[in-house]
Amino acid sequence: MQPLNLTACEMREAIGRGDLSAREATQSCLAAIERLEPKIHAFLALSPQDALRRAAEVDERRARGERMGLLAGIPTAVKDNFCTADGQATTCASRILEGWKAPYSAHVVERLLGEDAIVVGKTNLDEFAMGSSTENSAFGPTRNPWDLERVPGGSSGGSAAAVAARMVPLALGSDTGGSIRQPAALCGVVGLKPTYGRVSRYGLVAFASSLDQIGPLARTVGDAALLLQAVAGHDPRDSTSVPQAVPDYLATLEEPVEGLRIGVPKEFFGTGVDGEVERAVREALGVYERLGAKLTDVSLPRATEHAIAAYYLVATSEASSNLARYDGVHYGHRAGGYADMIDMYMLSRSEGFGDEVKRRIMLGTYALSAGYYDAYYKKAAKVRALIRQDYAAVFRQVDVVMGPTTPTAAFRLGEKTDDPLTMYLSDVYTVSCSLAAIAGLSVPCGFTRAGLPVGLQIIGDAFSEERLLRVARMYERETNWARRRPPVCEGKS
Amino acid sequence: MAEALTPTIGLEVHLHLATRTKLFCPCAVEYDAPPNARVCPVCLGMPGVLPVLNERAVELAVRMALALGCTIPDLAKWDRKHYYYPDLPKNYQISQYDQPLGVGGFLEIPVEGGVKRIGIIRVHLEEDAGKLMHAEGGGNSSVVDLNRTGTPLLEIVSEPDMNSAEEVRAYSTALRQLAVYLGVGECNMQLGQMRFEPNISLRIGTGADGRPRYTPITEIKNLNSFRSVEHAVAFEIARHREECEADPKGYTLENLGKQTRGWMDDREVTFLQRSKEEAHDYRYFPEPDLVPFVPDRKWVEEVRASMPETPQKIRRRLIEEYGLSQYYAEVMMQDREVADFYPKVAVSFDKIMGREFGNKYVSDWPLARKGKVVGNWFNQDVQRAINERGIRPNDFRFTAEQLAELMVLVEKGTINRNTGTEVFNRMLETGKSAATIVEEESLAQTSDAGELERIVEQVIAANPGPADDFRGGKDKALGRLIGEAMKASGGKANPKVVRELLVRKLRG
Repeated sequence: MQPLNLTACEMREAIGRGDLSAREATQSCLAAIERLEPKIHAFLALSPQDALRRAAEVDERRARGERMGLLAGIPTAVKDNFCTADGQATTCASRILEGWKAPYSAHVVERLLGEDAIVVGKTNLDEFAMGSSTENSAFGPTRNPWDLERVPGGSSGGSAAAVAARMVPLALGSDTGGSIRQPAALCGVVGLKPTYGRVSRYGLVAFASSLDQIGPLARTVGDAALLLQAVAGHDPRDSTSVPQAVPDYLATLEEPVEGLRIGVPKEFFGTGVDGEVERAVREALGVYERLGAKLTDVSLPRATEHAIAAYYLVATSEASSNLARYDGVHYGHRAGGYADMIDMYMLSRSEGFGDEVKRRIMLGTYALSAGYYDAYYKKAAKVRALIRQDYAAVFRQVDVVMGPTTPTAAFRLGEKTDDPLTMYLSDVYTVSCSLAAIAGLSVPCGFTRAGLPVGLQIIGDAFSEERLLRVARMYERETNWARRRPPVCEGKS
Repeated sequence: MAEALTPTIGLEVHLHLATRTKLFCPCAVEYDAPPNARVCPVCLGMPGVLPVLNERAVELAVRMALALGCTIPDLAKWDRKHYYYPDLPKNYQISQYDQPLGVGGFLEIPVEGGVKRIGIIRVHLEEDAGKLMHAEGGGNSSVVDLNRTGTPLLEIVSEPDMNSAEEVRAYSTALRQLAVYLGVGECNMQLGQMRFEPNISLRIGTGADGRPRYTPITEIKNLNSFRSVEHAVAFEIARHREECEADPKGYTLENLGKQTRGWMDDREVTFLQRSKEEAHDYRYFPEPDLVPFVPDRKWVEEVRASMPETPQKIRRRLIEEYGLSQYYAEVMMQDREVADFYPKVAVSFDKIMGREFGNKYVSDWPLARKGKVVGNWFNQDVQRAINERGIRPNDFRFTAEQLAELMVLVEKGTINRNTGTEVFNRMLETGKSAATIVEEESLAQTSDAGELERIVEQVIAANPGPADDFRGGKDKALGRLIGEAMKASGGKANPKVVRELLVRKLRG
């Protein structure tokens, strides 16, 4: 048996039947990582010894007939902005937290361990999750497994690339304005951003607190459902997590949604969208039509340009506040050779943060400043409320909204690094869903002629994850995109 | 001109709430723990942590707001206030900016000839910072203790309704008493549980536009005793007057705005910390990690209904129902236990006196006389027990009724008042009843004319000087002779009878 070709759900069954051990599954993932990591650089930290030890424990416990968790023996990666108390550093891909070891684990990490997952390592990201290409990592970019000269997207680029390259079947990411969905699309995997409040943020290093949400990246819809099942639910340590029952996502996954009504916003097919991307998405919509779904033109007038503007004010404002704590006083990088306290703050932060983080701190600080607050932060908050209303109105007519996840397929490394505004537009179709605090999913829907994956974005109302997964699964069953392997896995690149 | 300058003073008061744990994490609030021993990732502001609101703190804050007559709005929210300082690990403080827990109330303070209402603008909750300590001997490093970080802090902002340093002190005292009586905070000044920030300006007169004109507003930071707030305000009023007299046109609010000053406790002077140009921009914005607080109306009414009696009500009751003077009432109010103990003793006193004297008690003892007699015991003996022995009413080894029995023994003439004090002390020490102590130690006073006559004659013989003085018309000399007679009787003589005997013998 070649475990790497198994989905997490298949792996789970094989381990359950005794056809595969957790140790074998973990070993094969570690071997794949060893082989591919020099080319892809998806990870910032690996813990092979711990992983193998835990896998052996899982196998022993299973042999004793103990009840096993949902993810028993399944190798899983987490983005390096989740705190882990396992002795690995939690860096957020930033110099300012280089070597910082959290004395506690994030809620989701505790949940993974509680479900007997094997956490093999921590994945690369744009520094503090700020970026759309993983090029903002202080520790070097991650490469797209489908084309090593291209970016994997971001900020959860390490998680998306690791799953796409079949180094691990499952990875967790965080999504603030598209950071799960956009890299999922660019790497040809499934990525789900749950409703704000569905998953506890405790132990997720904050970028923009009112937008950050944790979600799964996986090769199939079923695997995404499995991982979401493991981490979703209320946590009293996160006041914004919602005490609402978690449905059994796997139980209903194979049930198609009868009479599905799909809203297609014309704004998601504007001038910026690449022709090949649009064609792939239109074809996917055609598949739904053939399955009996009804397509309706809808309008989300503020969901693109306005949303980008509002997003980059709200997110940077919150970031400027959340990142104030990195000052070199209590933990993290402290510069040497400072003259006084203010100097210590300035030097430590100047040395510790990368350019994009500094840019966003400055933007956010400006937006919150006396005399500018009303024109920027407050106005952005109003736009945000309007976007929420727009979606609420659309969801009175249709069940889900569909469009491309990104305007283009993966771009080249360095292509947009000198032009932040162009980079920001990578998120043009994903930010409105984040601002509206609702759920969104990206599922692979084909490839460009150059062999680059394209993602179909499906957006649903708050707490519609179960429906989103079923809708995505309807499409996935009709196609076989998930079976295609990136050239790097075949030893070609 | 100076007389026309009316001080206009508002006060921001911060007080620690009496919660077991901090405002946003489960760390204990403790004042004597070793440095940094009561901290966790949340109050240390580590990456990825989130605040969880302490509901008890909200309840206490709402209780205080209700007692101040504030409205509890339908929605209160949390905001972040940003500034960089090593005692603030997140470099922002979670506070409440534009939608606090309580708005619009008042506090009554005693002033000459009555009471004055001081308006309350708002009451809000926020987290305290840690303590930064600079190296002794002027080294260039500092250390920080974060035990206090995250302690729930209630901020109460008054209207600028006070006009003198004395009123500021009266307001501060009344606010502390209210918080203590309601169980909202212990307000121990030494522990920094109550801190004051007065805003001072003098009204200069009326401008051409008909609006009042003021001297620049001074805010004095972090005063932590009644004395320092009173003295700092007095100092500032005097300083404003001088500045204003030196430059009446220039020294105005329009010209100079608001400045922040510090207070040097040892030299009793203020000093400039920040002028208007250096004012902080705190970049407030809504705290995204906490959901707004939407109080349930039923819950608010429950908090109101379960509120302990306010000091105003207790004070009024002590005066109106128990006949205490304003002064005695204040003495009782200084200690919650005393204020609670007093009515119990007074009621027992009533009961026993009624039994002993019947209708005569009713006719001879108007309310004021009872207040004077029972109040005197409290003002003298109970206060002494607290001040000298550190024993407060809840630690007394006798009941309210037993204390009343002692008082009645004096009224009946069984013992004299001085012996009463002695018996009181013995009761504190032994817990025995007054009657038992009097019996065991033979302390009953002697009114036996035969024995007292013998003592009086001896005293006259032994003190010819004072005796002659009294015979010669010096009334003052009698006191000395009475004292000697009391001493000779071992304190047991009835002083009234002794006096009568002496007068009869010397002038009869």
